[in-house]
Amino acid sequence: MSIITAKDLCLWYGATQALKNINIEIPERSITALIGPSGCGKSTFLKTLNRMNDLIPSVRIEGTVTYGGQDIFAPSVDVNDLRKEIGMVFQKPNPFPMSIYDNIAYGPRTHGIKNKIQLDDIVEEALQGAAIWDEVKDRLKKSALGLSGGQQQRLCIARAMAVKPKVLLMDEPTSALDPISTSKIEDLTQQLKKDYTIIMVTHNMQQAVRISDNTAFFLLGELVEFGDTEQMFSQPQDKRTEDYITGRFG
Amino acid sequence: MNKRNIYNWTMQILMWLAAGITAGLTLFLLGYVLYKGLPNITWELLSTKPSYLTDRIGILPDILNTVYIILTTLVFVIPLGVGAAIYLTEYASNKRVVAMIEYAAETLSGIPSIIYGLFGSLFFCQFMDLDKSLLAGALTLVIMNLPTVMRTTQESLKTVPQSYREGAFGLGAGKWRVIRTVVLPGCVDGVVTGCILSIGRIVGESAALLFTAGFAHALNGFVDALFTSGSTLTVALYMYATEGGEFGVAFAIAAILMILTLIINLSASLIGKYFERKKNA
Repeated sequence: MSIITAKDLCLWYGATQALKNINIEIPERSITALIGPSGCGKSTFLKTLNRMNDLIPSVRIEGTVTYGGQDIFAPSVDVNDLRKEIGMVFQKPNPFPMSIYDNIAYGPRTHGIKNKIQLDDIVEEALQGAAIWDEVKDRLKKSALGLSGGQQQRLCIARAMAVKPKVLLMDEPTSALDPISTSKIEDLTQQLKKDYTIIMVTHNMQQAVRISDNTAFFLLGELVEFGDTEQMFSQPQDKRTEDYITGRFG
Repeated sequence: MNKRNIYNWTMQILMWLAAGITAGLTLFLLGYVLYKGLPNITWELLSTKPSYLTDRIGILPDILNTVYIILTTLVFVIPLGVGAAIYLTEYASNKRVVAMIEYAAETLSGIPSIIYGLFGSLFFCQFMDLDKSLLAGALTLVIMNLPTVMRTTQESLKTVPQSYREGAFGLGAGKWRVIRTVVLPGCVDGVVTGCILSIGRIVGESAALLFTAGFAHALNGFVDALFTSGSTLTVALYMYATEGGEFGVAFAIAAILMILTLIINLSASLIGKYFERKKNA
């Protein structure tokens, strides 16, 4: 079952075309890795899915993206509701300058939950889910900025999970982290894919092989190849994919 | 000693001299005013209003007027300045309009204050029929301080990392919620700095107020004072020195203003440090 489908998706930043006729069907409850050299459009594609590109004034989009069958660019779609369904974790950990508790509660509060007991439950559940509860349970009222980089990133994952999205977009979530923190987050994604659909941009091909079920290879704004990760890394269909994953360019 | 060493030494001594003269001048001025002023500060001076019958001089009305005018100005200037700053940094998409407004604000902050006074007396006192009153004075000061508050707020809005905004948008927060919960708390320090700079300017302003707020020394409550003429400490200093020849009183007021400025600057840095600590706590 595919949860997100893009059809003939094109995107321009001003006069530069960043995405060219992207067609892709992303399966539910799985991890999809987006790989490709810098500037190939993979992050742009990711940010299109929860309409974070709306924040950039010069962006123009053609084609359609559907989430659960619904066109996400339709005028009837409330972009804030869309982002509640499709959460995002950024490249650099970006906890708000507030307490750990308030960071996690930010999303639920945004969507109208005020009840203290309910919030407490959500916070604990989200922190448990992101495997960071044991490390922070005694300091929930302390500033989130006091955590290490890896902890901050798991906090951000917990923060995204606290609004109970169906999809988590991750934009190189481990590129700013040390190997141990990276492996913790990779383990976490394996847990999460039971309940969430994860789409992750990564520059690290080993990481794509380790954790993803499907891989999409982008080059110069085109989706060159998309398919089962193992298949793609053992027998790429396209010459360009083969060149990239064998390290001939990139 | 070779040439290079001589050059080094000469430059070092020159820098020392420049630093010494700067510090010396400041200390001398401060010391002189305090030396001349402090002995003239008496409880009677601080706690009474002037009376021609008993030939008494008191500056309580002037102190109160200063406080009133500071409060009134801030009440108007904070929402206006912060609102404009938020609009310019968070909403405005037309870069040329933003640049134009910023340029206008910068020009506005460079205009001599007497011109504000002239404008205020024509617009607020005559056209809006406020006569010479603390309110007219405060409104004139609002225009004068608007650029300061706007610019300091704007600068500190720009230091709020874009990643905070992205994070909040990514959780489905609407624009205003992002601004209220993530952006504004990050720029409180800038707002506070703007306010303190403004207070400093208000306390020190005389030219603009001579035109608009007048010279009366009547003791009034807040609301009455707003609609009647009244002098602030700085204006009173000018009056006592030029018209009354009361240099003792003038120096006493000068000393008080000096101490006030010191307190304002101190509290500015304390508040700044407080917010810094709170951010990193």
